[in-house]
Amino acid sequence: MRAPDDDPVVRTVDLAATPLREVNAALHAVENGGPRRWRVLNPRGAHAVAAGIDAPIEVDVEGHVGYYCAGMNKRAMVRVHGNCGTGAAENMMSGTVVVDGNASQSAGATGRGGLLVIRGDAAARCGISMKGLDIVVRGSVGHMSAFMAQRGRLVVCGDAGDALGDSIYEAHLYVRGDVGGLGADCVGKELREDHHAELRDLLERAGVDDCEPADFRRYGSARRLYNFHVDHAE
Amino acid sequence: MTEFDTLGKARDELERRAARRGWRPGLRESALFDRNVIHEIQRAAREGIYDIRGFGAKRAVPHFDDLLFLGASMSRYPLEGYRERCDTDVVLGDRHAARPLHLEIPITIAGMSFGALSGPAKEALGRGASEVGTSTTTGDGGMTPEEREHSTTLVYQLLPSRYGMNPDDLRRADAIEIVVGQGAKPGGGGVLLGQKISDRVADMRDLPQGIDQRSACRHPDWTGPDDLEIKIHELREITDWEKPIFVKIGATRPYFDVALAVKAGADVVVLDGMQGGTAATQEVFIEHVGIPTLSAIRPAVDALQDLDMHRRVQLVVSGGVRSGADVAKALALGADAVSIGVAAIVALGDNSPAYEDGYEEIATSAGFYDDWHEGRDPAGISTQDDALAARFDPRLGGRRLANYLRAMVLETQTIARACGKSHVLNLEPEDLVALTVEAAAMARVPLAGTGWIPGADER
Repeated sequence: MRAPDDDPVVRTVDLAATPLREVNAALHAVENGGPRRWRVLNPRGAHAVAAGIDAPIEVDVEGHVGYYCAGMNKRAMVRVHGNCGTGAAENMMSGTVVVDGNASQSAGATGRGGLLVIRGDAAARCGISMKGLDIVVRGSVGHMSAFMAQRGRLVVCGDAGDALGDSIYEAHLYVRGDVGGLGADCVGKELREDHHAELRDLLERAGVDDCEPADFRRYGSARRLYNFHVDHAE
Repeated sequence: MTEFDTLGKARDELERRAARRGWRPGLRESALFDRNVIHEIQRAAREGIYDIRGFGAKRAVPHFDDLLFLGASMSRYPLEGYRERCDTDVVLGDRHAARPLHLEIPITIAGMSFGALSGPAKEALGRGASEVGTSTTTGDGGMTPEEREHSTTLVYQLLPSRYGMNPDDLRRADAIEIVVGQGAKPGGGGVLLGQKISDRVADMRDLPQGIDQRSACRHPDWTGPDDLEIKIHELREITDWEKPIFVKIGATRPYFDVALAVKAGADVVVLDGMQGGTAATQEVFIEHVGIPTLSAIRPAVDALQDLDMHRRVQLVVSGGVRSGADVAKALALGADAVSIGVAAIVALGDNSPAYEDGYEEIATSAGFYDDWHEGRDPAGISTQDDALAARFDPRLGGRRLANYLRAMVLETQTIARACGKSHVLNLEPEDLVALTVEAAAMARVPLAGTGWIPGADER
């Protein structure tokens, strides 16, 4: 998956030597002409690595990153070969972000499009307020995942923590393992044939080949909180 | 017409008849259970849910009206009114941003969403503000192309809901305002009822059409000031360190909140007192949570001064600003600029007697209308109904707003010149006295005619 070391069209930048500001500025300027493949070395937990890209480029981040890696990503493929701090790919618009390791809380928060793949586990609030993004987690997710999730799909191949899908709107949730508990207005739903197809497609795009759609359960909104309850006692 | 509509109309008619009867000698109204209280108890008994409305706090609290300027005399030297120079320009956000805002006047337009307001009303705000060289602000519904087009300087809000948030609009904006809270409801999220969730509003917010939308009250990807610092850093990275970052807070614990906002890296702090307006909020929230604008400014300025950041991180004060006198008083207490919301809407024509027939149809009256959440605004401002919105002329509205802002600036200058100031930001607390003990304590200026500042020893 990662770009080869000796590929001449790959630009390698080392965060141990180059300030993050310069690296992100270069990634933002790439539409004006520049390499389509990038390797970022020594992120060492830096925040906002590869945030705000808007170009069809590939970026391999070689190590652990801090908060908001690939934040608001558009069109780019960003692969993190390590763990991510809070808010990985927050508010992503399009493109793909792959986390080889684990992701901390609020992964994919408010994302509006594209695909976020987490090969390890995701902590609390995975997919919070998601608005059209697709998220596939090979491991498990923590509590309050998909809180107020509006649109998009969250696929969890492992378990989900407490209060899954609290106050959820129209997002589709699929969990293969156990669910610690469902949040307010979140209910189990029938896994119909179109959902099988949706799930199969998501697993395939995420490169997950050891999970069967039939082993998942679907959750979504009971839609009982969509409107205020107003009595008319007259 | 449903049964409920029929009952509603009958009730409206009863209330109109009651209003016509009025008071006569011998009828003694309880101070505790006055007609409004009785009405609210019976409404709650009927509906089983809290009251939601727009506008801001209606109760009387200590405010700018309780302060007076001393003006120049023997010991101070005034400037000639209308002729001698008295500048009004302000720079917002020059701490970190490559492109700070240069505003010609110290009055900005507060965040109000497309959704809460009609498209033409948002356009009018942009037209009016741009004409006099100041900024407008988006709201809890994203940025519309119309709004961007008509606002020379546009502040883009990043709210807990993140409705419509996207990096293109961040880059299109002139500044970014992270909304932590607002004065009408510190600790609460936005509310937009189904009547106003049109197809376009629903689409912009990624929500189903017609739901009663209650936005998040907490940000989804940061918690507390240490996280906020990292969030601000991310926004700066995404926008290549060009845009000033504002942090807006509802006034509750202004000393600590302002200090933490500065620590988190804010270029500008927007401080909204409890009188700040709202498009839709529980009345109990509007009237009972948060502190008055007057009481919030001095602690906020204390925080900035203690950090040696006064005038380096700018303070924008909002919540109940109506006139040049209010502007001058806020500036004298240490603000760098003010922001108006309700006053701007009123300038556009909200609550105008010209629409009295329309107000009567929905059982209210000009000067009282606050059901902005219902979307039935006869003035066509707080609505998503195309027919109502078409009543509002954005060019005329923009002209009215520009005129109102000009008048406020002239008033502010009038006071500043009287106090001998060649720039409105040179106004200072020493120019002020208070009419009440409460205002003297809150604004930390002497009670008029005395040297007494209650509580002055305690800081």
